[in-house]
Amino acid sequence: MEFQGKTWKFGANVDTDAIIPARYLNTSDPEELAKHCMEDADPEFPNKVKPGDIIVADKNFGCGSSREHAPIAIKAAGISCVIAKSFARIFYRNCFNIGLPIFESKEAVDGISEGDEVRIDAGIGTIYNLTKNETYQATAVPDFMQELINAGGLMKYVEKKMKYVEKKVK
Amino acid sequence: MGMTITEKILAAHAGKDRVEPGELINARLDVVLGNDITAPVAIKEFEKLGIDRVFDKDRIMLVPDHFTPNKDIKSAEQAKILREFARKYEITNYFEVGQMGIEHCLLPEAGLVVPGDVIIGADSHTCTYGALGAFATGVGSTDMAAGMATGEAWFKVPESIKFEFYGDQLKPWVSGKDLILYTIGKIGVDGALYQAMEFTGEVIKRLSMDSRFTMANMAIEAGGKNGIIEADEITLAYVRERAKRPYQLYQSDPDAQYVQVYQFDVADIEPQVAFPHLPENTKPISKAGGVKIDQVVIGSCTNGRMEDLRVAAQILQGKKVSRDVRLIIIPGTQNIYLQAMKEGLVEIFINAGAVFSTPTCGPCLGGHMGILAKGERALATTNRNFVGRMGSPESEVYLSNPAVAAASAVTGYIVSPEEVLS
Repeated sequence: MEFQGKTWKFGANVDTDAIIPARYLNTSDPEELAKHCMEDADPEFPNKVKPGDIIVADKNFGCGSSREHAPIAIKAAGISCVIAKSFARIFYRNCFNIGLPIFESKEAVDGISEGDEVRIDAGIGTIYNLTKNETYQATAVPDFMQELINAGGLMKYVEKKMKYVEKKVK
Repeated sequence: MGMTITEKILAAHAGKDRVEPGELINARLDVVLGNDITAPVAIKEFEKLGIDRVFDKDRIMLVPDHFTPNKDIKSAEQAKILREFARKYEITNYFEVGQMGIEHCLLPEAGLVVPGDVIIGADSHTCTYGALGAFATGVGSTDMAAGMATGEAWFKVPESIKFEFYGDQLKPWVSGKDLILYTIGKIGVDGALYQAMEFTGEVIKRLSMDSRFTMANMAIEAGGKNGIIEADEITLAYVRERAKRPYQLYQSDPDAQYVQVYQFDVADIEPQVAFPHLPENTKPISKAGGVKIDQVVIGSCTNGRMEDLRVAAQILQGKKVSRDVRLIIIPGTQNIYLQAMKEGLVEIFINAGAVFSTPTCGPCLGGHMGILAKGERALATTNRNFVGRMGSPESEVYLSNPAVAAASAVTGYIVSPEEVLS
């Protein structure tokens, strides 16, 4: 799978309150959440972002709350994937579960400037900076996480597993 | 080679003799928890599976505590989704407004989480239950949905960091909140990313349950997967009269492996204040004083327990809240509310000029019951001081223990309790 888009850069420790403030958590409708995506980090972000764009952030992206509304808002805003130096663990897990592609790469975050056009080959974790003509490598995804992605997210994986168990019982 | 308490609990729930950090396991869950913000998303996912039962109706906990009593129509719709799901699947532990408390105060108090458990909750502060010697961690809604269906979850076994607190005595007005803020100040908000934070040492052995809950509660604020404290006599005294299920005690082996060991002398630890906009921006109270504040909140899953209300009352007894401050005090559960009434604490609070609310997470996450306007500053006993956490993105939140919060409500600026009492 490949992603290509324009990049938006953010600093370290972008928290889930910045990604989607709690004042909007009285709904879980992705379209509603997308309207306020990253609003407290950059109030203009929901208006500026275009489908396919890529978020590039420093370390500990998505720290704070467990709200799945955060990756849901990013995905619904049209962001194709997120590259960061590191991700907070609940956010990391949530991304795999809901199918928002994320990539860990220190060199990519240091190399990419806001606005650079970037292409990612997800299968091999290679990140191409088309503006600067540079290449970076993302940390490999553990096999089990790859299995989750291949299954189409956690619920699809669970569904398959439950059907398998049911068959065995019968 | 020995194992840590976290590794032992995970191994036992994965049906293995031992597990190693980094290993991916499938673990049996004792409890699956969700609230009025996270559970509606989980329920939507669960219903896509098209199955007609949950894995165990006694082990799913649904606590509408965030935006309840319903703050607006949309929140009412969310709470309704929980209520209807609880009825449909006959969920034993659904807590309606009236029985409801802040989830992480409520479940231990009701004996629904016990030592040795593996618990997932669609709330990041689920790590609170580690104070009982359980493995408890926050997850998202989809993990909750999968947990409700299967009674299992996958985990990467975390590496453990040991935090040893030593010294004869805590300084005046220092509580669990200060020990954990000090720790986060030392290691940073990603200092324990993906790792288990194990709190030990002679100081922890003497620490009250309420203070231990506060410490485990904020493990997530250092990026931790879980916070954990071995169960001892203090734990058992708390658990024995409450536990609804049998429990099991685990201890770390003397030769267990830690990626890092920190030793903190509590003689160095004053009451702490975390400045905006990260919990790691801590300062000792002697260097934090003088910041003018508009609102003080005492409560939340971090500091909404009896010990917290008692210390606040000790300071507010016979005093008045500053004319420039709104003081909002929120007990964690209905039982804590009743106990505070019996002990005369509520009277002290109201006479001082505070509001005393029904249990809710409300203001901690900028939901309701105390939202900040642009340019306003709050001092809160809650757990996060991110931009916009309590309201306007142009407001500020400072974090402290309940003693500092109560004292500062009296003066109108951040102050040491000693200054107010002298």
